[in-house]
Amino acid sequence: MTEDARIGDVLGWTFQDGVYELTLDQAPCNEIGARMLEALEGFLDSITPNLDSAHALIIRSALRSGFCAGADLRALYRGLQEAESASGRRQLAQFIDRIHAVMDRLDTLPLVTVGVINGICFGGGLELALTCDILIAEKSARFAFPELRLGIVPGFGGIPRLKREVGNAVVRDLLLTGRSVNARKAQAVGLVSQLVPVGEGLTAARALAKQAAKFDPTARVAAKRFIKPLPRAELHEEKRLFLELASRPTLMEALKRFVESEDVRPYLP
Amino acid sequence: MTATKLIELAARRFGADPRQLKPADDMFETLGIDSFQAADLMTEVELEFDVEIPDYELQGIKTFQALADKIDARR
Repeated sequence: MTEDARIGDVLGWTFQDGVYELTLDQAPCNEIGARMLEALEGFLDSITPNLDSAHALIIRSALRSGFCAGADLRALYRGLQEAESASGRRQLAQFIDRIHAVMDRLDTLPLVTVGVINGICFGGGLELALTCDILIAEKSARFAFPELRLGIVPGFGGIPRLKREVGNAVVRDLLLTGRSVNARKAQAVGLVSQLVPVGEGLTAARALAKQAAKFDPTARVAAKRFIKPLPRAELHEEKRLFLELASRPTLMEALKRFVESEDVRPYLP
Repeated sequence: MTATKLIELAARRFGADPRQLKPADDMFETLGIDSFQAADLMTEVELEFDVEIPDYELQGIKTFQALADKIDARR
């Protein structure tokens, strides 16, 4: 069975030979706001009834700028500005609940999930990547959790998921400095499984997906559940902490600085 | 020496004429690159020169020469 579909103008997906390929395609760098969230929910709703006929999912970006630059900070700033503060906080809490649900669904899919990372993979983009079972990074990839400069912590489940993958010293380094690391470093610390030349990520991911098809589906799903449990308690705690920090004026002040910045590197910690 | 290599790398990456680039030039202004390309440049620099430069050490660094000095200090 072969299928392909497009949701809005933010992403597209195909299904062929048991492999779903989800391609993020929203310039400038697949920022996650209301439209991307809705499209991801739509994608998951579409594939859920047919998961028995699939064995792998590849998530990648169509954009040279990168995999995903994280939350749409400009939209967040506008939203919080327009809304009354109590209503703005309520909307933010609803958004966080929905994005957590999407990340949890991706994380626990009964498929081998492969993230192909190129260019920028910052903040919410890294949180999305961390839902994948295996990451393949092109040499252009760069990873960061810059949230502390906004006076918040990652809010899409990134901290527990990063802790699940790498040592706590790496988590602290990324989180407490906000610095970015290249693909080679990401592979050295165990975040990335394969490092490939620019433009070769999808080919490597397809070869991996083909390999995954060779295994018994029941064993594959059981193995994934066993080795990649969802850190539910920590995810809940991260959400609470994020919303508590986000309710302070510090976030709006930092968002204003970011939105108004003329620095070519506004993400610098 | 490092500044020259850096200029050659940046020119190659962003299709500029290296003869038009000077060590004292503002990299971002001269190359006319956006924030994504600036991150890309740092990745290329780290891989090419085999160094690791935390972003917070790049605050205020704008010229090829200043970045070259930072690269040399990290090697």
